Amino acid sequence: MLAADTTAQAAGLCVGMPVSKAQALMPGLVIQGADPTADMAALERLALWALQHFAPIAAPDPPDGIVIDSIGTDHLHGGETTMLTTLVGRLAGAGLHARAAIADNWGAAHALARFAEKPCFISKPGNAAADVAPLPITALRFVPELVASLHVLGFECVGELLAQPRAPLTLRFGPELGRRLDQAAGRIAEPIKPIRPKELIEVRRDFAEPIGAAETIARFIGKLAGQLCDALELKGLGARQLDLICHRVDNRAQAVRVGTGQPLRDVKRVTRLLSDKIETIDPGFGIEVMTLAASIAEPLNPKQTVSSLVEEPQPDVSDLIDLLVNRVGEKNLYRIAPVASDVPERSVRHVPALAPETGAEWPGHWPRPSRLFGHPEPIEIIALLPDHPPIFFTWRGVRRRVKRADGPERIYGEWWKRDPELAAVRDYFQIEDEAGERFWVFRAGDGEDPRTGSQRWFLHGIFG
Amino acid sequence: MPFGLAEVDSRLPGGGLALGALHEVAGGDNDAIDGAAATLFTAGIAARTKGKVLWCITRPDLFAPALSQVGLKSNRVIYLEGGDEKTVLACCEEGLRHGGLGAVVAEVARLPMSVSRRLQLSAEGSGTIGIALRRWCRQTGVSDFGQPTAAVTRWHISALPSTPLPVPGVGRPRWLVELIRCRAGESAAFELESCDDTGHLGLPADLVHRPGQAEDGRCSASV
Repeated sequence: MLAADTTAQAAGLCVGMPVSKAQALMPGLVIQGADPTADMAALERLALWALQHFAPIAAPDPPDGIVIDSIGTDHLHGGETTMLTTLVGRLAGAGLHARAAIADNWGAAHALARFAEKPCFISKPGNAAADVAPLPITALRFVPELVASLHVLGFECVGELLAQPRAPLTLRFGPELGRRLDQAAGRIAEPIKPIRPKELIEVRRDFAEPIGAAETIARFIGKLAGQLCDALELKGLGARQLDLICHRVDNRAQAVRVGTGQPLRDVKRVTRLLSDKIETIDPGFGIEVMTLAASIAEPLNPKQTVSSLVEEPQPDVSDLIDLLVNRVGEKNLYRIAPVASDVPERSVRHVPALAPETGAEWPGHWPRPSRLFGHPEPIEIIALLPDHPPIFFTWRGVRRRVKRADGPERIYGEWWKRDPELAAVRDYFQIEDEAGERFWVFRAGDGEDPRTGSQRWFLHGIFG
Repeated sequence: MPFGLAEVDSRLPGGGLALGALHEVAGGDNDAIDGAAATLFTAGIAARTKGKVLWCITRPDLFAPALSQVGLKSNRVIYLEGGDEKTVLACCEEGLRHGGLGAVVAEVARLPMSVSRRLQLSAEGSGTIGIALRRWCRQTGVSDFGQPTAAVTRWHISALPSTPLPVPGVGRPRWLVELIRCRAGESAAFELESCDDTGHLGLPADLVHRPGQAEDGRCSASV
């Protein structure tokens, strides 16, 4: 038995149990030989998926995990907690049960992901040694013989090992023990080599002298972009996502990731997108190696542009949109498209900025306010029931007299969306006060039947 | 870009709104916080340009069907939600510098002089019209509008009672459009009717035609 999931463990099976015992515990067990090469290939595919969707530096951590360097990319996913929960959630959606942890270094993260109590553990920066201390010593990636010898001596958890003076331990067990302890405590760097499948296009530049100045970095970004675009052109591909990894002298890496809406092969645009992010690169004591990879590439075929003799070409704003999306995030740049719904707050939805244009518009019979409040504000009114607009209303403590009004516009609830909306209606009125300010108010209900709403009045928007 | 109204265009240098320039629009007293009339005024101007419009916001309370009703169709506007004003102004500058957009609108509260100068230079370089729509969170910040900026014109839009109708109802809204500052021109104030569905403002009928027609005794209150 090489691995057991929660159902198996509930039935009493565990790792290392002989097959005959497992068959005795669970009759009807299907037996298949283990295939470590296929497992490793699957792990590499998982690491490649993590590379494309989560961070530029991801690698398999055999036998059963992947390691991701999230420096500079956790804000793209909404923070460390959100990133971990998204990762675990997406793996769960694919049918894989996963545990994750974020820590300062590979050793501590490896240990916490496997042995911490919470399935998603976030260690505070600088706290790696303290978080690793209560874990058992098998968490430190020692060979089994070393673990057995340490158990014989009475060491059970990592904290005890960390507290011991280093010299006698190294004398007895060799340098491996000290290396793993230092990796877990963060004293030695352990660089992650990102997974690079053979068909991934990557260009690399080594520097004889480490560089650090922003202009130098920008210059070499331009040269790398030129090489990458040539390589992409040979294969007829365009890049949708670019990863620039700068390996520093102290063995740490800084990564920059940019995405584009359409496959891209233009040197100037690639350079512009990457140079926009130079401030996020911290060169430390110097950068030795810069690599630029197109982690997601799609076929890019030449297109015929419209000649200006035939019709006026529309100016292309996709490069501006790529630049702005990489600055503010994909969710914050959008167009608004109509939704076929009467309820005002549901009649708009966001679509990506480069989505194809449909030309659909909202029906324009009734006027709509230019500012709509997210939550309608309750107001106090005096009005004749059932379908007269208000005469006076009080909003935010100011009482106003209504001089003119239009309405009611009756909007029915969408009974197919939510049950409480089966009979609900809203009667909207456009009202104007004496000073000329125009408001959009509604009554939740038709004024007669209590089933249609609470009959309370709200202010939903302001007209221009 | 002319407004189409001789009365307004005669006050602006060049006979209309300068295209490659930065303009500022703000709402009147109560409108300073919500900026509803100023939004429609800006949308009317943007609707009459050609090409896409980048609208940079910090607060997502704009209701797009209203913009569509003044002629700014939904597939022309790209909204950018920046977390803070610095991002909004930086992205606005990128949009102006690009040159492929028809108009760039930024909803900001504070517009420092140096930033406005950079926006003005980017707009001049590309010929795109830039509009800074000023709206504040609290009434106390409104005095900030008095600070000088590098905008070519400054407008103040306040709501006025709408056009009187012979029947109960709200007519076409009217605005008090004040041109507070105009480079190489004088300030002026106009009472205009709000944008129609192509984005053009209108002159109130009782200013166009002499007020000889007798008003009906009926007052247009709603009861």
